[in-house]
Amino acid sequence: MKRLTGLGIESTAHTFGAAIATSDGSIRSDVREVYIPAPGRGIHPSEAAQHHNNRAHEVILEASKKARTNLREIDFIAFSCGPGLGPSLRVGATIARALAAYLSKPLVPVNHALAHIEIASLTTGARDPLVVLVSGGHTAIATYAAERWRICGETEDITLGNLFDMFARATGLATPGGPEVERMAKEAKELLDLPYTVKGNDVTYSGLLSATLREYKEGRRLPDLCFSLQEVAFSMMAEATERSLAHTEKKELLLTGGVAANKRFQSMLESIAQEHNARFHAVDKRYSGDSGAQIAWNGILAFQSGVTVEIEESLVKPRWRLDQVDVTWRS
Amino acid sequence: MTYFKKGAEAILSLEEWHGREVVMKRRVPKPYRHPALDHRLRVSRTIREAENLHEAKKTSVPTPVVYFVDKENATLIMEYIEGDRVKEILDQLNSKERSCLCERIGTQIGRLHKASLIHGDLTTSNMILVGEKVFLIDFGLSFHSQNEEDKGVDLHLMKRALNSTHYGHAHESMRSIVTGYAKVMGTESTSRVLRRVRAIEYRGRYFRERT
Repeated sequence: MKRLTGLGIESTAHTFGAAIATSDGSIRSDVREVYIPAPGRGIHPSEAAQHHNNRAHEVILEASKKARTNLREIDFIAFSCGPGLGPSLRVGATIARALAAYLSKPLVPVNHALAHIEIASLTTGARDPLVVLVSGGHTAIATYAAERWRICGETEDITLGNLFDMFARATGLATPGGPEVERMAKEAKELLDLPYTVKGNDVTYSGLLSATLREYKEGRRLPDLCFSLQEVAFSMMAEATERSLAHTEKKELLLTGGVAANKRFQSMLESIAQEHNARFHAVDKRYSGDSGAQIAWNGILAFQSGVTVEIEESLVKPRWRLDQVDVTWRS
Repeated sequence: MTYFKKGAEAILSLEEWHGREVVMKRRVPKPYRHPALDHRLRVSRTIREAENLHEAKKTSVPTPVVYFVDKENATLIMEYIEGDRVKEILDQLNSKERSCLCERIGTQIGRLHKASLIHGDLTTSNMILVGEKVFLIDFGLSFHSQNEEDKGVDLHLMKRALNSTHYGHAHESMRSIVTGYAKVMGTESTSRVLRRVRAIEYRGRYFRERT
């Protein structure tokens, strides 16, 4: 098969990214700009979109330059079609359509969650894993069977990323909250008694968030709060993962998504994998956060199996769930 | 001791205990968890399981008999149930047999719910078929509740387990489970709980219909 080269555009939330990948599995370039909300605030969708609009052209040109690839030489343009914030998604999609029309290249719609899994599979070599996808947009456990990713468990309210961000905003820590909470937790002295809620393979985090903030208002030390929040939140997800691993009997466990960069969570899942004789893989830190690379690589896989979309039909899908994507390239 | 099975939470082994063949279920410490949290969870689940395995019997749902509870070591000694895990056999059955089995599963869930007992971890791994009887096991996450919400979550987890593990016939199987469930719960309560199930699903991330 001829070697393919694709451009991937990521634009689902606070990151605008562009990358060039080739079908031999190499990421030739991966450039991104991240919108940072005002202190104490969450993502403002139209501000994020404005940021992406301002940065898009330089990010894309930089990606092309670093890969030493003229955009005329590429075979397709992949874009993050969903799920995500409408205004962010529309910026990436508009640019992808314009480039596709101008360069006469096919357009490939990519599911952002699936792309987290595919880039992690590429870079770790995982083949048939139980996947733990944890980020600002997702907290889910999934396995692949018969052309679909099947959700074994997920959060019934907010994600792990939301949990840490909301906690950070309320307590004056910098966002994204995950890395700050992880750093502060290292200075903790005690584990506070916080609510632990697992429902089968599902988890809920809003009760834990409220209880932690209540303890904060009562004047508990911030490092202890960070430590306890992290321990309880990760233990819940780890338990749901262990239960899914025992039920599905998979022999590989793959951790991906922005929160995958957390060392404490990695060590928990690694311990579980060991216990069940499964191989543990964590996505490389370079590709844990949102990136153009994940879209470009997933674009290659999708394009190779014939997935393209006409410009007129390339509407973004802010609520495109992972388990709704037809996956024809995995066996 | 013959090694028998390593589950997610516990190690099960077949033992002889006062001349009886029994299952020993040990909730072993999890090295990944903080020791204080670990101890709290293991002890509270062991107690819950022992209590609610017994409570379930009062609702005519067959469960293993608990002979002994060792709270500090988070260990239960209980009856050995010899049968087939539903997870292993469900896909092998023909559609008529399957719908019959699923109806029976639904009836068992209905009996628990009618008595305000929530299983908390309904998967086909936690059901054992012995002849015509469906035994329910693994009550570590069970609790009492009259809320439709909690009953809804229970059925949602059942549906989820079918969709992820038995996807070839998940839809029909769930329908049969609901038929069995409704026989015990009545159509009105059932449809109220099912409305909850839908609401819970839409709480998952990025459901199109969520408002």
